[in-house]
Amino acid sequence: MDGYFGSYAVVGALLLIGVGIFAGAMTANRLLRPHRPTPEKLLTYECGVDPVGEGWAQSHVRYYVFAYLYVVFAVDAVFLFPWATVFAAPGFGVATLVEMFVFLGFIALGIVYAWRKNVLGWT
Amino acid sequence: MGATLADFGRDPLGITLVKAVFLFLFLSLGVVFGVWFERKLISRMQNRIGPNRAGPFGILQSVADAIKMGLKEDLFPNTVDKVLYLLAPVIMVVPAFVAFSIVPFGPKVWMFGHQTPLQLVDLPVAVLFMLAMGAISVYGVVLAGWSSRSPYALLGGLRSAAQVVSYEIAMGLSFVAVCIFAGTLSTSEIVNAQTPLWYGIMLLPSFLVYVVCMFGEAARIPFDLPEGEGELVGGFQTEYSSSLKFALIMMGEYLHTFTASGIAVTLFMGGWRAPFPISLWAGANEGWWPMLWFFIKFVLTFCFIIWVRASLPRVRYDQLMSLGWKVLIPVNLGWILLVAAVRTITQSPGVVSIALGVVIAVGVLAIWMRFDTAGLRRREARKAQADAEFEELGEEPTAGGFPVPPLDLPHYHGR
Repeated sequence: MDGYFGSYAVVGALLLIGVGIFAGAMTANRLLRPHRPTPEKLLTYECGVDPVGEGWAQSHVRYYVFAYLYVVFAVDAVFLFPWATVFAAPGFGVATLVEMFVFLGFIALGIVYAWRKNVLGWT
Repeated sequence: MGATLADFGRDPLGITLVKAVFLFLFLSLGVVFGVWFERKLISRMQNRIGPNRAGPFGILQSVADAIKMGLKEDLFPNTVDKVLYLLAPVIMVVPAFVAFSIVPFGPKVWMFGHQTPLQLVDLPVAVLFMLAMGAISVYGVVLAGWSSRSPYALLGGLRSAAQVVSYEIAMGLSFVAVCIFAGTLSTSEIVNAQTPLWYGIMLLPSFLVYVVCMFGEAARIPFDLPEGEGELVGGFQTEYSSSLKFALIMMGEYLHTFTASGIAVTLFMGGWRAPFPISLWAGANEGWWPMLWFFIKFVLTFCFIIWVRASLPRVRYDQLMSLGWKVLIPVNLGWILLVAAVRTITQSPGVVSIALGVVIAVGVLAIWMRFDTAGLRRREARKAQADAEFEELGEEPTAGGFPVPPLDLPHYHGR
């Protein structure tokens, strides 16, 4: 448990412990709980009235656009973080700053485009 | 002494286990008593008493609820996708637990003859790790909505995903300014870097943006639209009857609130460092005391979240999204550039900094002029339209045969 990957090993172990605890809880729950299903109980609830038709609703394509925008900005943030950590170190300076201005300019162009195309609005 | 990244990954297995068990206990008991505390506090704010039946002050109310949920019949409706329906709550709750592991509770202390930091784990990318765990929980939300085969659940899942990812971007961007000053993403070193001044004061705009995003990311009122009862029944959790799975979903959401509070304390409010008057005492930041300061700040942040819940109504979904994308993200990007530019100017020699300052000033002025003229034009257009409408309606008082209200109402004049 030492060295650079030690901490990651702890994180991995923690994930496994977490999954283990909740799997255990669910197994215990399965053994302890009553189980008396009736046809009424096994209907989906929806809003309390008997469900009609397919269970899925059509949803607006807008969510898809937001997923794309998220990918753009998540990648943007991933590039911003390493830049921000080394930014103040000696040997970086103005050129680094200007590069980030240019990069963020391109990203900003993306959000301005989406804005002008009215995909950020919701009605 | 504050821990650094080099102090991690050196603990014997026993101490790691002790810290992991402590973390799980802290979070589990935190959820149980946090729910009770929130209900009690919000009751007081709303001038009522709140839970008072189970145990003294109703303190065992959440324990009773947890036992009930653990023993209640669990339903798998016929149409659901059984595997995903079962897995979704686990996908929500496990990353929420793991995300808290990077929060520092204190500096290095002596524990069983070893000197060890009061923090389970720290990574060179700890802050990103926290964001990543938050993003994984979104999978749980979407899968819960999708596997339920219910229109309300599906819509709730999509809404929740779109909201959380939008606010996560703004949240990530508000960490960038912290990162510029701290020069690292490791939480323990960020706490160390806040010695003279907390980042919440030094980088106030980032902190304010974070506070707004915190509510969006943890889906708390005023941004708790994923479960907007009035329009979506129960949102993505509609089909989860009040069983253990529902308890896990609730727990995951609560843990997100805890993580949001913990991160606010760690990145912006000095972490475990003692607040000002206490920090004059030399021993305040040594040994086990910092854990107390951390806990006090953590509880106060949590109280603030409850206070906001008691004070504000829920916003509309389009307002939520336009706040996220049209205000928080652009403001944050501009603020990052400003911080970086100011920092470069203060570090670089005279001529370059003056040139850079002029460029930035001209740029800011240009942007302001551009947006201001746009706003002006829009205002004029709206006024002209209102005037035209007023005149048109004034000419035919009955508007096509229907009785109309008096036409000298203020909004017809664009006021």
